[in-house]
Amino acid sequence: MGNILLEMKNITKEFPGVKALDNVNLTVEQGEIHALVGENGAGKSTLMNVLSGIYPFGTYTGDIVYKGEVCQFQKIKDSEEKGIVIIHQELALVPYMSIGENMFIGNEQLGRFGIDWDKTYAEADKYLKMVGLEESSRTLIKDISVGKQQLVEIAKALAKHAKLLILDEPTSSLNETDSKALLDMLLRFKQDGLTTIIISHKLNEVSYVADKITVIRDGSTIETLDNQTDEISEDRIIKGMVGRELTDRFPKRPGVQIGDVAMEVKNWTVYHPQYEDKKVVDNVSINIRKGEVVGIAGLMGAGRTELAMSIFGHAYGTNISGELYLNGEKVELRTIKEAIEHKVAYVTEDRKGNGLVLSNPIKINTTLANLSSICSKHVIDKDKEYQVAEEYRDKLKTKCPTVEQNVGNLSGGNQQKVLLAKWMFANPDVLILDEPTRGIDVGAKYEIYCIINDLVAAGKSVVMISSELPEVLGMSDRIYVMNEGKMVGEMSGAEASQEKIMAAILRS
Amino acid sequence: MKDKIFNILRENTMLIVLVLVVLFFNFSTNGTMLLPSQFNALITQNAYVYVLATGMLMCMLTGGNIDLSVGSFVCFVGVVGAKMIVHGGLPTGVGMLLMLLIGVVYGAVLGYVIAYLNVPPWIATLAGFLALRGWGVALMNGASNVSPLPASFCDPFTGKVNDLLGGPVIGGVQYNMTSIVVGIIISVLVVLALFRGRATKIKKGYEADSLVAVIVKSVLICFVVMLFAYKFSLAGGIPYSLIWVAIIVLIYSFITSKTDIGRYFYTIGGNAEATRLSGIDTKRIMFLAYLNMAVLTVVAAFLTMSRFKAANSTAGTNYEMDAISACIVGGVSAYGGSGTIFGMIVGATLIGVINLGMSLMGIDANWQKVVKGVVLLGAVVFEILNNRKKATK
Repeated sequence: MGNILLEMKNITKEFPGVKALDNVNLTVEQGEIHALVGENGAGKSTLMNVLSGIYPFGTYTGDIVYKGEVCQFQKIKDSEEKGIVIIHQELALVPYMSIGENMFIGNEQLGRFGIDWDKTYAEADKYLKMVGLEESSRTLIKDISVGKQQLVEIAKALAKHAKLLILDEPTSSLNETDSKALLDMLLRFKQDGLTTIIISHKLNEVSYVADKITVIRDGSTIETLDNQTDEISEDRIIKGMVGRELTDRFPKRPGVQIGDVAMEVKNWTVYHPQYEDKKVVDNVSINIRKGEVVGIAGLMGAGRTELAMSIFGHAYGTNISGELYLNGEKVELRTIKEAIEHKVAYVTEDRKGNGLVLSNPIKINTTLANLSSICSKHVIDKDKEYQVAEEYRDKLKTKCPTVEQNVGNLSGGNQQKVLLAKWMFANPDVLILDEPTRGIDVGAKYEIYCIINDLVAAGKSVVMISSELPEVLGMSDRIYVMNEGKMVGEMSGAEASQEKIMAAILRS
Repeated sequence: MKDKIFNILRENTMLIVLVLVVLFFNFSTNGTMLLPSQFNALITQNAYVYVLATGMLMCMLTGGNIDLSVGSFVCFVGVVGAKMIVHGGLPTGVGMLLMLLIGVVYGAVLGYVIAYLNVPPWIATLAGFLALRGWGVALMNGASNVSPLPASFCDPFTGKVNDLLGGPVIGGVQYNMTSIVVGIIISVLVVLALFRGRATKIKKGYEADSLVAVIVKSVLICFVVMLFAYKFSLAGGIPYSLIWVAIIVLIYSFITSKTDIGRYFYTIGGNAEATRLSGIDTKRIMFLAYLNMAVLTVVAAFLTMSRFKAANSTAGTNYEMDAISACIVGGVSAYGGSGTIFGMIVGATLIGVINLGMSLMGIDANWQKVVKGVVLLGAVVFEILNNRKKATK
């Protein structure tokens, strides 16, 4: 076909302890729409961040060849000068500024005395027309819908004279009509010669709009499919995305008795704390038995974390309705303290952000959620605290010189163990683990799985929220699938497969 | 071994700076700095700083939050109290209780606004800074002070511990034996506590300081305690204000290092969301921080008023800055989550010594401000660089 616009050759990018990209190759031709698909954490966004200079030259290995020359981008500005513009999933617009101001941030239209506002707004209006927006460029961003904001982002990219447009999940926050309009617009721009790379989870959109589809899995390119020559079906793409062998990555759990229902949630509905008319969790019912590991699968933003946190003493959301039963008894957990007292624990997905106090030692973190148990009349028994911290260090095999070590100095896997220790010390019957193995290496993952097995062997119930399908499949006795706030599937661990879960999500 | 000594030096840098500064002023003032009267002045003039900085420490721990209104509140509560006692003829005790009650009310309002309405602390307290000074001065109807406060108000804060033991007169100088005896008792208690602490640690198999370290620590603490005891015995006895400061400092040292509530102040400053998700009522802790600050501010007002035997329209000016500076120089993190009462004491003393020493040297008051500004910035920069080094190690 046409000539090659961009070639990324043998890109390898490492983060401490994790190889995010491993010899990735990507070839994009002039004037095509190229889709990147893969699971969460497969490396799609990392690859695009390398391309746009967010990770500067030298922090990765491999070559970026753009228009026939090898590029060494030090910062985003360098790639934008070449016409490579990236639009992130999280929109980067300033709410209290006008559309025009936002469009020319960092690209201001200068007159003789500072910014020429007339020219700014005239130019802005021109690009807004191109993306089909009727709004005046003087409208404030906060006053237009998310769908229109997405269009403003694209207009902003066009104003930078984009030759290669990168869209990271552009339709994730749009409804169907807006999504369709956006995709059609991309097809129109293609006629004008614009090249687009689009990252998306929605496979129907991908097969609708893309000329080529590159599948990335575990930081490597698996294959590139051509919409013209290859037979592209959703099943075909799913197979590429998840088709990996499951060997001994998950420890066996023989002879654990599954008992009575420990926790049951009925018709649970949660609204967004700020946008109070937005349903985040929609009429969800789940249950979990003693000694059972229940996985909750779904894509990011499916409402799984929100479900868990709202159960955990209303830690998230407003206007929460539904019924909660613990061991058959109806309870209302209005504060986190009540939840902990009723032996429910929520282990956050964001251990650094809201799980651990990084500037404090292991022992203080270990006892934080249950400090009263080692206090008499509010005075902390520091000897006991030390013993507790030591006990859990042994039990979970946390690698650290002493329990006086600050948690911030530990590796991700060991931090996760401290976080687990903290909640195990709170002595819960039901543990909700949110992405318990995010960002930790394979060895540490295995150890975390062993801890989960020990917990259910002791009669506890574990709810495991995870975006990694193999993990959900390998560990769960039963699996719920969530999408866009709704429960869209339930299956036993034995009958579940990656294809079935993906299909439940994508076809919901 | 070399590393160990280096570590000890680094962890106690401010203490070492304090000693060097004292020696410097002693040298440059030909020994005036270490006269008994200067020890007395250091404590009585700075007593309010220790009290306010204790409250400020609790606020700052929760995330670098400060209270800008303490100086104005010292003025306001002082004027109201003095009017009740001097003009209204209220018994001193009742007047003081009412002042404390005003402190509780103000602290509760401030705490509610900050913790539950989420008004940023510096804005809420800036409002107090403006309004309370204005209100206090307005209540004085054009007078510059309300005085004289009765002796029953002032004496508990300005007096000295009388010599119960009848000290000897040597070379025409009266020695206060009570002061010496108290110094010895404290020294013995400190040494006992240090050695017992080490013994229990060893018994339970925990890591403990080496014997040499404990001995060195004991000797140093005893030296400082006895130095003060000796100087006070020559200056007419232990000032009551020191006793007030000591009581408050001991209470808060206990709270911050040994209780669960004290622990939460640190974890909120370290990671408020993680603390909330651990089932702790973080709003209540924020509320308590500001309630506590207001009550301690009333105590600082007692100390200030009794020193001048009056409530002044200018009382409390810049007190908030003194308290914040003491905390910052004493290594309390401006971002919250770390800092100790002991560090704060060192910081407050260092600033007090610099004030005193420069005054003794006859340095112009404006240049004194310049020096204090530089010291403040220097302390923070040093702290940040120090932490960075520790992190890279």
